[in-house]
Amino acid sequence: MTAPPRKLPVLDDLSGFFWTSGADGVLRVQRCTACGHWQHPPLPSCAQCHADDLAPQPVSGRGRVKTFTINRQAWTPGMAPFTFAAIELDEQAELYLFSNVTGDPEAVRTGMAVEVTFEQQDDVWLPLFRPVEAAHG
Amino acid sequence: MADLPERRACITGIGQSKVGRPSSETPIRLTMQAAREAVADAGLTMADIDGIANYPMKTTEGGGISPVGVGEAMFALGIDATWIGSSTHEGPGHMGAIFQAVMAVATGLCRHVLVFRSVAQAQARLQARGSTLLGGSRGRVEGNNAWTVPFHAISPANMWALYAQAYFDRYGASSEQLGWVAVNGRRNAALNPNAIYRNPITIDDYMASRVISSPLRLYDCDTHIDGCTALVISCADAAMDLRNQPIRIEAMGMALGGIGQGIHTGDFTALPAGRAGDMLWSRTDLKPRDVDNAQIYDGFSILTLLWLEALQLCAPGEAAAFVEGGTRIALDGELPMNTGGGQLSGGRWHGFGHTHEACVQLWGRGGARQVAGARLSAVCNGGYGYGALLLRTD
Ligand SMILES: [Zn+2]
Repeated sequence: MTAPPRKLPVLDDLSGFFWTSGADGVLRVQRCTACGHWQHPPLPSCAQCHADDLAPQPVSGRGRVKTFTINRQAWTPGMAPFTFAAIELDEQAELYLFSNVTGDPEAVRTGMAVEVTFEQQDDVWLPLFRPVEAAHG
Repeated sequence: MADLPERRACITGIGQSKVGRPSSETPIRLTMQAAREAVADAGLTMADIDGIANYPMKTTEGGGISPVGVGEAMFALGIDATWIGSSTHEGPGHMGAIFQAVMAVATGLCRHVLVFRSVAQAQARLQARGSTLLGGSRGRVEGNNAWTVPFHAISPANMWALYAQAYFDRYGASSEQLGWVAVNGRRNAALNPNAIYRNPITIDDYMASRVISSPLRLYDCDTHIDGCTALVISCADAAMDLRNQPIRIEAMGMALGGIGQGIHTGDFTALPAGRAGDMLWSRTDLKPRDVDNAQIYDGFSILTLLWLEALQLCAPGEAAAFVEGGTRIALDGELPMNTGGGQLSGGRWHGFGHTHEACVQLWGRGGARQVAGARLSAVCNGGYGYGALLLRTD
């Protein structure tokens, strides 16, 4: 059982920063310069105030598992189970990223605290999330 | 309310090809079968059809998702249409083509529209598994898929599983409840000669079925087929003298959004389809309690629970208890649901099967699965693009 190869995203004008942000170990999310609203996926204008002035801003990389699924279907031969989740970042209510939670799928729970970790493939730094250790969580 | 465009449109005929998994017929032949049946059912000939529409636009990629174009069908059937429409997935889902046809006849562009939905996903799977997104030859993903596919979420099952888990967590619902959507569908499919899966299953069979993407199991997922469903939508003035009592469109509702495409809001326990439900009920004096049969979209079972709530047929969080045990949604229950088996057991007619089944019930053609006294059907389709119809004969 092995992890499936990842299909990588196209990096375009709006999304490129997000996929390369992990190069320096920091997760960045689009934020409105006018009203401070965070949003993901990135859009050409602010969904809150409609201003066009948006920029990538660093976030803590911490959040919680809003909901998750353990995929058990081997879509390709030998594919191992993985956890796919909606992560609600600490910065703002309902600021969601879809990602994988690393580690034992059976340990994942709704509401669990997680933090970002990057997996580099080619020119993409995929933001994945790992459980925050109880010791510093 | 009398001036609503949907009140100037009626469904006058229906047709459906023989289901296949795979079918030995080509997609255009399946389309011709369904179209000819629908037009004859209405008491019309192809010469009477002056409008044609389908969902979605023909694509040669995507694993047989839409193998027949609207122009191709028009020429194959010998239709001379003055109005031609084709709706896309960036609209109110499968029902978009029906809404377009309603507006075309309501505005006088044409009198009788043939609307169809053709699928050939079973044939495509046999030819090449790589025809799907999963194994596709494209090197990188873009658009909405770019936010989920790099994290292995290559199936809609993964996205809807997020909703199921959130719904379970928030409301304390369980697989033992959700499973009744599948068991009920199979029970009704046994009475539908054109359903793809007709062997009964029990809730124990459901619980024993393998997990695909937790908490969703095999029986929570619908299945690809080859086939075509067709409808004739006529302007009300032209509908009165035809073969069938016209099925009137009391109200319609539509919405777009969710499943993590674009910016996601909410807590994954309700669909943006709630806006379609609000629109639907704002256009009629009828109430949810007046509905006597419900054809609720079930591409995945969790969608059925969420749609029951979006259409206000159940209060938020109550749909799981409503379907549990399968009594209230049975053919002789208070709200018979997915009376032809839905998509889970009837096959992925992709929304159009639900509208077809509503017409079967309203015309009293259900045979062993007929709901006694069916007069008002609620029909809904979609996950991402959402459409709902309230259909009546009285
Ligand atoms: Zn703003």
